[in-house]
Amino acid sequence: MRSPSLRRLIPVALLTLFAAALRPLAAQDTTSRGVRIGLTYDPGSKPGVAVLPVTGVNGDSVRAIVQRDFDFGDRVNPIVLDATTASEASRATGPNWPLLARLGAAAAVQITPTASGFHLAVYNVATKQTALIRDYATAAAPQSRAWRAALHGIADDLEESFTGVRGIARTRIVFERGKRIWVVDSDGEGAMPVTDVGTPMSPSWGPSGRTIAYSTILPAGISALDVSSGRSRTLVSGGGVFISPVISPDGANVIYAHGVDAGVDLYTIPLSGGAARRLSVGRGSDNVSPSFSPDGRRIVFMSGRAGHPEIYTMDADGTNVDLLTPLDIGENAYRASPDWSPDGRLVAFQSQMAGTFQVLTINLRDRSLRQLTSDGRNEDPSWAPDGRHLTFVSNRSGVRQLWVLDIETGRSRQLTRGAPVRVPAWSPRLPAE
Amino acid sequence: MIRRTAVLSLAILSVAALDGCRRKVAPAPTPVATTGSNADSLAALRARQRADSIAAAERAAREAAAASDRRSAGEAAAVLAQKVYFDYDRDNLRDDARAILDAKVPILIANPSVTLAITGHTDERGTAEYNLALGQRRAAQVKRYLTSKGIEDARLSTQSMGDSQPAVQGTDESAYQQNRRAEFQPSGAQTLVAPRS
Repeated sequence: MRSPSLRRLIPVALLTLFAAALRPLAAQDTTSRGVRIGLTYDPGSKPGVAVLPVTGVNGDSVRAIVQRDFDFGDRVNPIVLDATTASEASRATGPNWPLLARLGAAAAVQITPTASGFHLAVYNVATKQTALIRDYATAAAPQSRAWRAALHGIADDLEESFTGVRGIARTRIVFERGKRIWVVDSDGEGAMPVTDVGTPMSPSWGPSGRTIAYSTILPAGISALDVSSGRSRTLVSGGGVFISPVISPDGANVIYAHGVDAGVDLYTIPLSGGAARRLSVGRGSDNVSPSFSPDGRRIVFMSGRAGHPEIYTMDADGTNVDLLTPLDIGENAYRASPDWSPDGRLVAFQSQMAGTFQVLTINLRDRSLRQLTSDGRNEDPSWAPDGRHLTFVSNRSGVRQLWVLDIETGRSRQLTRGAPVRVPAWSPRLPAE
Repeated sequence: MIRRTAVLSLAILSVAALDGCRRKVAPAPTPVATTGSNADSLAALRARQRADSIAAAERAAREAAAASDRRSAGEAAAVLAQKVYFDYDRDNLRDDARAILDAKVPILIANPSVTLAITGHTDERGTAEYNLALGQRRAAQVKRYLTSKGIEDARLSTQSMGDSQPAVQGTDESAYQQNRRAEFQPSGAQTLVAPRS
């Protein structure tokens, strides 16, 4: 995929360059995605990218945020320049090509704060040419959430233009902490509660990232939070329990678990409100934790119908139930918290192993298993929209915190700090704020 | 101490009972002569003293009976609130749980206005979502048992807190056992009546 596009795409990038120069600033953000810059780097390695020093009082923050996004994305190798090389890398006449080449940079990125946002220039070191110029409009105050989100969007655009795969920097993770729902940015910044203190549980994102569905224990029900206004509305409530709501990929319905006196089954209700309809027939067993396939046609869920928790799939209308997890893995037969990968190939879940829980994936085609964690208790996996990163809860640091794992390299990082957390859900890629 | 108090209140009760009987047969008090004599006023004083003493004994008897009611009401409330415990990842009722539930049945029958909220809880093992379902299944199992003993369905509500409200902190089996439980919250009656044995 990478090498054939190298020469072919440069003219496209240059065209974009001229087009960008002609268009008004406000129309630039996210409108012309998918521009691929053909960079020269070893196949199987990550392209080295130097982020050149940024002017202005917030320049160091801008540079640090974008470099860290490259680092956390695991697809681009940020070449961090020390103070001396940084001052030499960019000269009045333009980039210092020999120096950048010596440092192993395939590209150099120059971000300049402007009156209306950011000006971006990307240099192709091998061809010694400007490969891309774009302007990003943002009215957000420096250092604010929206300002950081704008920079994450630039980093995601850059990753896409370097590798063909859009980054996941402008995403958030929602979770429960201290009887409130919280969100945190993908880089661990900006952790904040988004509900009042109550008994909220199991938050999940709608496909647009504008709605978060969650359950409440007391009073028992399912609520939908409008992220921009911060207001919640109750979709359904009543006696018994309401558990683990998820919004369908088309944004139309919410699937959740509910039960009173005869087991817990999966139900569906329109997100806009309406009558609930039962999907699963558990005959008194527990059926919880649903997750949609990316096309919305199948649902993976956890059921105790065999006498212990296992993972099953079914059609979105509740028919064609199929046991997914082999019964002979781990011990005590406890499989839970399935999450369908965005590329549709894998289901991540937790399984009891050696008296604790570990995160595994199962391949839907051949049912091959892969254990991803082994340090401490690890549970509640949730896929990033790139299908390559997972967040999950781990007590490996002593307290239940969110961690992020790159399943390709096995690299992991701690996402949250502070009071214990649970039930994370990774957002889709989010629009500009 | 407790036994002596009980004996004492029994004694007061019997005195009061005797007094009550005597009072029924006692002649009507003699009208006090307006002219007044020492003998007359002495008789009036005695009659008044006797009436006062009867009133005091009746008051004591009422208080003792009320205390006894309160005590049995307290005992009934304690029996209703007594928790039942479960095995790991199970909702079936063990013998100890059945015995505890059996003791609640006569109290619920003697207090038909009382309703019982049954809340299922789990230990922290397992997932939060499954534990909410498991806690609900435990509460429902308890409800099913009580309805099988004749308690009306509408008087028993069920809910689950999952693992979110542990009774004790800790990560050993002793703590886990105390957390795998159903709790009971009665409501609907000012004071509970103890069942007649």
